[in-house]
Amino acid sequence: MSTTPSQTVGPFYGYALPFAKGGEIAPAGHPDALAVHGYVYDGAGAPVPDALIEIWQPAPDGSRRGAPGSLRRDPVTGAVIGRSDVGFTGFGRVGTDADGHYELRTMPPGGVPYLSVIVFARGLLHHLHTRIYLPGLTDTVTDPLLAGLEPERRATLLAVAHGERLHRFDIRLQGDAEHEETVFLAFD
Amino acid sequence: MTTPLTQGRISEEIAERREAYTKAVTVGAPERSHPDRGYAPYRSSVLRHPGKPLVALHDPEAVELSGPVFGVTDVTALDHDLTRQHQGEPLGERIKVTGRVLDRDGRPVRGQLVEVWQANASGRYAHQRDDHPAPLDPNFTGVGRCLTDDQGAYEFVTVKPGAYPWRNHVNAWRPAHIHFSLFGNAFTQRLITQMYFPGDPLLAYDPILQSVTDDSARERLVAAYDHDLSTPEWSLGYRWDIVLDGPAATWIEEGR
Repeated sequence: MSTTPSQTVGPFYGYALPFAKGGEIAPAGHPDALAVHGYVYDGAGAPVPDALIEIWQPAPDGSRRGAPGSLRRDPVTGAVIGRSDVGFTGFGRVGTDADGHYELRTMPPGGVPYLSVIVFARGLLHHLHTRIYLPGLTDTVTDPLLAGLEPERRATLLAVAHGERLHRFDIRLQGDAEHEETVFLAFD
Repeated sequence: MTTPLTQGRISEEIAERREAYTKAVTVGAPERSHPDRGYAPYRSSVLRHPGKPLVALHDPEAVELSGPVFGVTDVTALDHDLTRQHQGEPLGERIKVTGRVLDRDGRPVRGQLVEVWQANASGRYAHQRDDHPAPLDPNFTGVGRCLTDDQGAYEFVTVKPGAYPWRNHVNAWRPAHIHFSLFGNAFTQRLITQMYFPGDPLLAYDPILQSVTDDSARERLVAAYDHDLSTPEWSLGYRWDIVLDGPAATWIEEGR
């Protein structure tokens, strides 16, 4: 069938799409949780304050079934109260702040070394897929995606570890003279 | 002094891009549903699109071939009715918008999350950064959610959103539209888009809609007025079906 075209998320999704605990994918206080944070930049090197990032990943045991409850609701008021502190849904959603910064806390993905990412933004007519590869889990020689990339391109997919369980991953929607553009993916 | 960027200039650029696309298809280029991410008539796209080609990934084990799931705890029964979220009734023309979510093989996408957001009847979003001097409506937020049923169907009750100005160029106006966010059975099927209304005179002027340079693809973003969906003495009805792009896993995990 002929598919429905994409359109930009626009500037005003902020009261509709982000939800409470959207970036708190890991159960509260879990000792294995890791943090990922970074900035989204445009082709002039300016931070993008109106980007929305979604994460999808396997559970630590490798299950890709996911679970409902990311947007859990208060049955009395209807308010979004967000995921429970004990469950794991595999899904996260965070907006960038006024500095173009995002952060999330999640569990190590089971069976793969990466978190799957979709980026939406005002000005972006069709979302972009990329991946956050976690350095401690990644073998760049055997990974089917990383192995085929030039080193400078590959580097854009590798999170940088800053101490234990804290990782930095920036997303450049467009490269500039000094910075490599993030590798974005097409799935057919 | 810089020359003001007029609608006339933007409309010329829109026509140029559409001609270039049509010509390319005539000589054998593939038809494309989705907009080019770098579509200069929409000025905000200029610095926010990749300059390099996407890297094609053919990995049957890719995590993206599965996707998040949602359920009854994520949506309440009232969420699909945007006219009943406050103590009073919102102002505007009450409408029902319904349709089916399908994959590109025509199979219904069942039990998946559909999210919508929109301006109120005056063309104002309940968002701090919307400074259009049109009235806010204390009885309308403009956010809805539902899960698709076993036929892939969704339904929302809302008011028809108003057109509103923006600053892409001088005298730029967005046609009335409802933002839709859709999940398929795989992360690769994810879609965010906008639904437009038939007969809107602003459609031809809007660089966001016109970024879809394929005529028939662009028409797929415009809902159909369906008199049979109108409720007597209550609301007008629109039908809009959505077909998600992208592959899903061919394997089915146990129990899903």
